[in-house]
Amino acid sequence: MIDLFEHIPALLIAVPLLGAFLTPLLGKVNKNARNIWVLLILALTAAMSFLLAQDVYTNGIKLYTFGADIPSLTHPDTVSIPVRIIFEIDGMSVFMLLISVIIGFLAALYSISFIKDENGIERYYTLLLLLITGMIGMELTGDLFNFFVFIEITSISAAALIATMVDREQSFEAAFKYLVLSSIGALFLLLAIGFLYGQYDALNIATIASSMQYTFADRMALVLIIGALALKAGLAPMHMWMPDAYGEAPPSVTIAVMAATLASLYGLIRMCFTLYGSSIFNLSVIGALIVAMAMISIIIGATMALIQSNLTRAIAYAAVAEIGYMLLGIGTALHVGINEFGETALTGGIFHIFNDVLDVGLLFLATGAVIYATNEKSLSNLGGLARKMKFTTIFFLIGLLAAAGMPPMNGFASKIIIYESVYRLNPLLSIGAILASILMLAIFVRIFYSVFLGPELPNLKNVREVPKAMLISMAIISMLIIIFGLFPGYVIDNLVAPAASALANPESYINAVLLGGA
Amino acid sequence: MSESKIIKTISSIAFPFVMIYGLYVILHGHLTPGGGFQGGAIVASACVLLLAGYGSREIAKRIKEGQLSVLESIGALGFVSLALLGISTTFFYNFLAGSHSIFGRIPPFGSNPGDLNTAGLLPLMNISVGIKVIAGLFAIVMVLAFVTWKMGGRKQ
Amino acid sequence: MIYNIPFIAAISLVLIGLYTLIFKRNLIKMIIGITIMESGVNLFLITLGYRKESVAPIFTALPSSTTIPDKMSLPVPQALTLTSIVIGVAVLALMLAIAVQIYRRYGTLNVDKIRRLRG
Repeated sequence: MIDLFEHIPALLIAVPLLGAFLTPLLGKVNKNARNIWVLLILALTAAMSFLLAQDVYTNGIKLYTFGADIPSLTHPDTVSIPVRIIFEIDGMSVFMLLISVIIGFLAALYSISFIKDENGIERYYTLLLLLITGMIGMELTGDLFNFFVFIEITSISAAALIATMVDREQSFEAAFKYLVLSSIGALFLLLAIGFLYGQYDALNIATIASSMQYTFADRMALVLIIGALALKAGLAPMHMWMPDAYGEAPPSVTIAVMAATLASLYGLIRMCFTLYGSSIFNLSVIGALIVAMAMISIIIGATMALIQSNLTRAIAYAAVAEIGYMLLGIGTALHVGINEFGETALTGGIFHIFNDVLDVGLLFLATGAVIYATNEKSLSNLGGLARKMKFTTIFFLIGLLAAAGMPPMNGFASKIIIYESVYRLNPLLSIGAILASILMLAIFVRIFYSVFLGPELPNLKNVREVPKAMLISMAIISMLIIIFGLFPGYVIDNLVAPAASALANPESYINAVLLGGA
Repeated sequence: MSESKIIKTISSIAFPFVMIYGLYVILHGHLTPGGGFQGGAIVASACVLLLAGYGSREIAKRIKEGQLSVLESIGALGFVSLALLGISTTFFYNFLAGSHSIFGRIPPFGSNPGDLNTAGLLPLMNISVGIKVIAGLFAIVMVLAFVTWKMGGRKQ
Repeated sequence: MIYNIPFIAAISLVLIGLYTLIFKRNLIKMIIGITIMESGVNLFLITLGYRKESVAPIFTALPSSTTIPDKMSLPVPQALTLTSIVIGVAVLALMLAIAVQIYRRYGTLNVDKIRRLRG
């Protein structure tokens, strides 16, 4: 039998793609068969990515060349630079890959109960599987134009998925805004790729990084890349699409789109640390700019969430603030370089990526359960739901404590690393971040009080608990939150530290490709 | 609303010629400029020519949207399966080039008119992509024509 | 100087598209602005692959006095541009479908009036 273990990077793209296009054919036969098929494909993808993670943590950087004679043959003897598309997987890619497949599986599990069976339902699952394929492709690739193609696949699928709820007209407005801003960002990214190709005649990230001289055209390309990817990641002042898109989509789509946003954030980190990562020129000005924009994100997110009366829109503004926390840690690491407290800040920022998607994801799923049971989105029409929906109340409480950074949840672990390392940079930033975190606790407690506690409203007399599939997905996330909160040292040593050290030395990334072969 | 008699006749006469040209561009993608997407777009414009000539009501009687969706899935599945067939070496490996099967001859070097029987896996992938593009683009135009009709555009 | 004109044209197209996107109030005009921007980026990409007095990069159809590979234009930007055109078609189709649905529900195509999400 052929050694399938070696071909896992290619199978991670091929299996969801095959599943995505077989789903409409299966959907015409039987509805339950289609649901089981989607969950099976995503479970298979998750199992393969766990195997790949194990392999990368023990053996180092893994390469896969498309269409060559052996998978690790980056350039044959007759040619001196790599000419094919190469997937290059190191510690940071594996970290983001684990996030994407876990969130993808939970989104599909949640949407089995949430999305009611209408006539356009097969396209929903096809688009969800295509979104997951695009995210996985963005995180595994080592080629610039391949990254652009996968970013476009992801944003087209996400825009079509945001417009799923066809009864409300606001979802079309949100989908249009998301699509226009995504395509502007992608066009600027393509312009930057054109600049870099015209200078160096190569599209491979390792090849360009090894022959990078920091000319004027390269600086223009850096500015365009950071602008485009920061717009896709939702950094202020380019965050305007986030409250609309996260607030109007169904909650299972929202957590998948959140994972896609974090994949764009991974792209930003990869371009700053590896493509322009040669130690001759320092990017401290870029780091200072990112820290400033991250502080604005935190302040905007925390204050605008106070005045919202729509349930999901308030949590969407909290997501904007959380992106600010991640980039605060990463920008500090870019500003001071990889020495003294720079690597600690990078560890905090990367750990916060995983924590944030779990916390805010759980909040979105819990509010989705409330919307499913009551068909109400506005805070003034909800009240006293804790008697009827006990499990949802507990899950919302766990998510609330984690997102506000209370021990023993995982949000506390990553936020304290960020506070300590940012304090060494400038004490005012750290104080501002702590105050914003306290403000977000106040916001969430207010939402919790007005939705779950208090007297029971007359129009909510016959709400019942939500179906099992939604409860199981919320339970899995809560378990992950509590485990990460109780054993943060274990998680940091085994998952986050390899990612941070893979970003800290770009030479190992470059040498793996250029010296590869057999 | 369908057009006058002249337009209906001319579009019926022009349709097979444009379709043959589009299929030629798809099949010869490894020798001349062209390939899957380009040829598929040409055949889709031939189908849209028929749609513009006869009106969406007539076309809706003959082709349902579900059939186009099945055709699209078949094209995409064909592409991914062809890429997976070479998985014993790598993904997307061209295992038909140089072997004694369907598209396996090695092209001669120097200036020559070109041999259709070469280049391995590429013509098969071109055909899959061409089928998908024909179905996809025609479905897009047909759905947009339906919506305009149902929203009360011109009197059908 | 004359070899810089395609680059100037490409960047002008991007700027014209950006102007249309920012300052026009009709939804269809904004979609046309995005299409113009994308044509500008495609023109920029394909101009990168030009070499002076070169022929098409097809090995079996070269005129007899061509040295390989100096007098052939680069084939990689052609593949990049083709992929970008396909992606542009898909994005355009999705934007038009969403615009049709917005017109059906809001009754207008003016961006100032399609503002139910605020705050």
